[in-house]
Amino acid sequence: MEDFQFASIVVSTIRNAPVLIFAAMAGLFAERSGVVDIGLEGKILASAFVSAGVAYTYQDPWIGIAAGILASVALALVQAFVSITQKGNQLVAGIAINIAMSGLTFVVAQYFFQQGGRTPDLGDARLGAIALPGTEAVADVPVLGWVWGQLIGGHSVLVYAAFLLLPVVHWVLFHSRFGLRLRACGENPHAADAAGISVQRTRYTAMIIAGVLCSFSGAYLSIVQSGFFLRDMSAGAGYLALTALVFGNWRPVYTVLGCMMFGFFSAVQIQIEGVDLPVVGRIPGSLIQMIPYIVTVVVLAGLMAKSVAPKALGKPFVKSR
Amino acid sequence: MQPAVEFRQISKAFGPVQANADVSFPIARGSIHGVIGENGAGKSTLMSILYGYYHADSGQLVINGQERQIRSSQEAIALGIGMVHQHFMLVENMTVLDNVMLGAEGGFKLSKKRAETEAKLREICVRYRLDVDPLAVIHDLSVGAQQRVEILKQIYRSAEILILDEPTAVLTTQEIASLFDILRLFKEQGKTIILITHKLGEIMEITDQVTVMRAGRVAGAVATRDTSKEQLANMMVGRPIEGNLPRKPHAPGAPVLQVEHLQLKDASGVQLLGDIALTVRAGEIVAIAGVSGNGQSELMEILSGMRLPTSGSVAFNGAALPFAGRANADGLPATFRDLGIGHVPEDRLRDGVIKDFSVMQNTVFGYQDRVTTGAGLFDFKKIADRCAHLLEQFDVRPKDPNVRIGLLSGGNQQKVVIAREVSAAPKLLLVGQPTRGVDIGTIESIHTQLLRLRDEGVAILLVSTELEEVRALADRIVVMSGGRVTGELHIDEFDTTRIGLLMGGMHTS
Amino acid sequence: MKTTELPRWASGFVLPVLNLLSALLVAALVIHLLGESPVESLQILVNSAVINPEGLSYTLFYASTFVFTGLAVSIAMKAGLFNIGAEGQMYLGGLGLTLAMLGFDASLSPWLLIPLAIVASAVFGAAWAFIPGYLQARRGSHVVVTTIMFNFIAAGLMNFIIVKYLIPEGDQNPASRTFSEAATLPQLGTWFPVLGDTPLNISFFLALLALVVYGVVVSRSSWGYKLQATGLNAHAAHYAGVRISRTIIVAMLISGALAGLAAVNSILGSTHYLSLNFPAGAGFIGIAIALMGRQHPVGILLSSILFGALIQGGFDLSLEKPNIPQETIVFIQGLIILFCGAMENMYGPALLKLINATRSNGARKG
Repeated sequence: MEDFQFASIVVSTIRNAPVLIFAAMAGLFAERSGVVDIGLEGKILASAFVSAGVAYTYQDPWIGIAAGILASVALALVQAFVSITQKGNQLVAGIAINIAMSGLTFVVAQYFFQQGGRTPDLGDARLGAIALPGTEAVADVPVLGWVWGQLIGGHSVLVYAAFLLLPVVHWVLFHSRFGLRLRACGENPHAADAAGISVQRTRYTAMIIAGVLCSFSGAYLSIVQSGFFLRDMSAGAGYLALTALVFGNWRPVYTVLGCMMFGFFSAVQIQIEGVDLPVVGRIPGSLIQMIPYIVTVVVLAGLMAKSVAPKALGKPFVKSR
Repeated sequence: MQPAVEFRQISKAFGPVQANADVSFPIARGSIHGVIGENGAGKSTLMSILYGYYHADSGQLVINGQERQIRSSQEAIALGIGMVHQHFMLVENMTVLDNVMLGAEGGFKLSKKRAETEAKLREICVRYRLDVDPLAVIHDLSVGAQQRVEILKQIYRSAEILILDEPTAVLTTQEIASLFDILRLFKEQGKTIILITHKLGEIMEITDQVTVMRAGRVAGAVATRDTSKEQLANMMVGRPIEGNLPRKPHAPGAPVLQVEHLQLKDASGVQLLGDIALTVRAGEIVAIAGVSGNGQSELMEILSGMRLPTSGSVAFNGAALPFAGRANADGLPATFRDLGIGHVPEDRLRDGVIKDFSVMQNTVFGYQDRVTTGAGLFDFKKIADRCAHLLEQFDVRPKDPNVRIGLLSGGNQQKVVIAREVSAAPKLLLVGQPTRGVDIGTIESIHTQLLRLRDEGVAILLVSTELEEVRALADRIVVMSGGRVTGELHIDEFDTTRIGLLMGGMHTS
Repeated sequence: MKTTELPRWASGFVLPVLNLLSALLVAALVIHLLGESPVESLQILVNSAVINPEGLSYTLFYASTFVFTGLAVSIAMKAGLFNIGAEGQMYLGGLGLTLAMLGFDASLSPWLLIPLAIVASAVFGAAWAFIPGYLQARRGSHVVVTTIMFNFIAAGLMNFIIVKYLIPEGDQNPASRTFSEAATLPQLGTWFPVLGDTPLNISFFLALLALVVYGVVVSRSSWGYKLQATGLNAHAAHYAGVRISRTIIVAMLISGALAGLAAVNSILGSTHYLSLNFPAGAGFIGIAIALMGRQHPVGILLSSILFGALIQGGFDLSLEKPNIPQETIVFIQGLIILFCGAMENMYGPALLKLINATRSNGARKG
């Protein structure tokens, strides 16, 4: 029994993490270029709704995902315009997007589907689990069968995409020209500017990338995890992703570890529900749901003093002569 | 031979301010050309136009005989123009190599050009005696080394015309000498150097030609060997500069401030101040001379209550300042003010004023609890009267109490700060860089104010990077370097060379 | 003579109005895309919220709540803190109020009961803002993220408390029992019959009082001066002797208290019991109000009334036009935050040009 529980926690962790990983990587690009992205939540919601809605309409998850990307990028561009061109308050811009999307997704869902602000069930139009070659063959082998069939194999394609994103992001950030310029814009945009780099263009590009990556987070929520869109279904994922960034000191590997930590707590959450624990008995679901948010506060309380954000984060770039 | 650069009738306005008006002069190739002028004279704007940051409203730029439109720093770099800024354009958490490659990466994959660039950098370092390790991280380097990295960047990009903006502000005497050697080497190799500075001594020492700018125009263009410091100063200001201001003879009273064994370590254990000892008496001005970044700012922060020392004691009028038993300095500046310590901070926009508050609001800044009625509400009549009086007495322009202080010129902002601190009748006045960013006319009036206070018996501790200012004001001089006091002398013993050596005392170049 | 800065009347009034109109224009576009006429929708909204006296009464009732959440966000903003947690603070304020009522509504007279409710809601609201304030002051943890987290934590905690402890025996509704008659705020409809039987009550006057106190304290007291200094430039405020840590914590406590007070109108003025999610977004509306009203007492009042009208009118609109559900108002809220908060200076340069052009024209003619 214990093994079984542990095993499903591990698998759950892997399946919970992608929502945060995509969003955190999105936030990473934006913030490493110097733009605070509090608007991850709104982009997740928008892409969750659009991808589920479009996927249902065309009965094809990939078209849905593509549409979700467009929605998220559109929002990212609005944020970019406000933050970079207008040099407005980036925190306010992000909160505005989150609130606006909370309302708009419901309204549009209601308009198109008349189901109380949600989208209809996708049924089969979801991304199936991928069985690695040879799963059948080793299915009966103890440990290996489980490892090959359920731990490494058997996940949706977006799960693999999320984890494969890590080395890609790491390489782009630290070994490519774009990554070097991006990091310079986030640390000392004046230096980048003096070197002939367009800070504006780099930050816009970073925001667009953030939009694309964030859209997968929303698509994962609605297409892979639940099969439909429900109002406010992101439930704070955007903010948890930001916390993972702080936890990971804005470095890809540690950020993903932070996402996995949150994924782990979510997994434990589900396991604890309905289980009689020694001393405390059965913990009600509403209290368990508080766990990730409490963890976030604890992380922020403990780490902020030591966490080193990109130096120019949140400061609009104004050429000063 | 064609000039490397020629400015022809360059004009540029920012709103109502005419930063450059009809500026025309040539810069000969293979020469070191100085551009001198006070703050706001237009020299930085002119160079920014040359480097592509700004576009002139009218006029032409002629580079190597050809008229050019320079619309961006990229285009300037392509024309062989490089700029070493006053505030370094370096990404601190990256290596020298990464900083040099920024903008010149040579392809999407960095690894391709990394080895090649590193080799080339080492070669340049040897050729020009720059002594920089390409793999060092910027924040580990000294200020002088960081400047050499900036120069390295420009040479790497084959800059033939090198603009240096106030390069010696942050260097010790020895580092300045090294820099000048490097510049002479560049000149030998046929490069053109444009040196922007306000230091007359340096102009006389290193340049071949000088252009003097004043109020956006060219006030004079001479060959260095045909002119003198006094003549240049006259052209800069339009009138003779201050001679020695009158003051009473040095007859100090009781010690007001006594610092003993003061130490400061930062969070990572780096020693910022080591065993500082000094005394300031009533009725005297003690000036701390030194290149900025050697602990003077930190010392002022401690003495004004903005920061706690790690150990040591400070006595004010005989009683120890209340550092002990505190976790941090939150709220401490108010206590110090109540004891009678005034503070004119080095960085007035960061520390001394609230940019968006009005002038009148700023006149009570730091003293806000002294101008209230019983209920904690402001006594506006009292505040307004006091403000009007101060604006008049200190000749602040414009005399409008309700205008946002951010709109005033640097000099007038400083007058407000000084007026405020002085009118609280402090027994000790801490003054940091009082004339930074201030026009020459105001400098004189600020100096006069400080001397008047001294004559009235106030103890003044002055921090200044300008030796001329130190000479004009100090009764005693304390020199700091590397977080320590390296020497003390009386004003009668003033000797630029000796002070320069003391300034560089603990420095490894 | 050219000005380089916008005059006060332009930046304080014209810009906010332009920003508001921009937000409404986008909303009108969306309404049009949903197949409805924006003009007709506006007519329905105005009729319901302003022209109809009972509707106006409801508008002012909602506005009373929003004044408090708007003040809560505003005072934190003055200290440079972006308090997104007014929603959770109001929720917890409701808990404090409820506990006081459940304990004493049978034994105390209204003269004691109502002030007790006010104090309890303020204390609980302040308590919920304390930790985020403390963490920002002492650990540098960003108050935006911590207050958002506390909103979520409040939702879970209150859910647990209401379901487990407050639902009366045999009831299914996730709400506490109804409070006694004594715990009722006098309704203005009893004094002004034209307002009908509506929840508008004396909290409205309490709200006005709060606005006045806020205005006086912020602009005329030395504490308010220190608060603003902290928000504008914490470095300089430290130089000026302000105790930054304490100022931040106190600002958040007051902010939380004001948000908690919003529960008084919402509960004692209307439902008379604590129900699940009773704040219904009032805390987030407070953000829009603080930004739109530029943290100025008059601006906050006008913005609160505007949002009260949007909620009241939006409710009737959603009944008549199913394609425009109440969530549309949430969308408009987001737009207002965007235009009035993040893009507040978008029209600034154009407006400045216009002002300078008219001035030079006037000079030429004159």
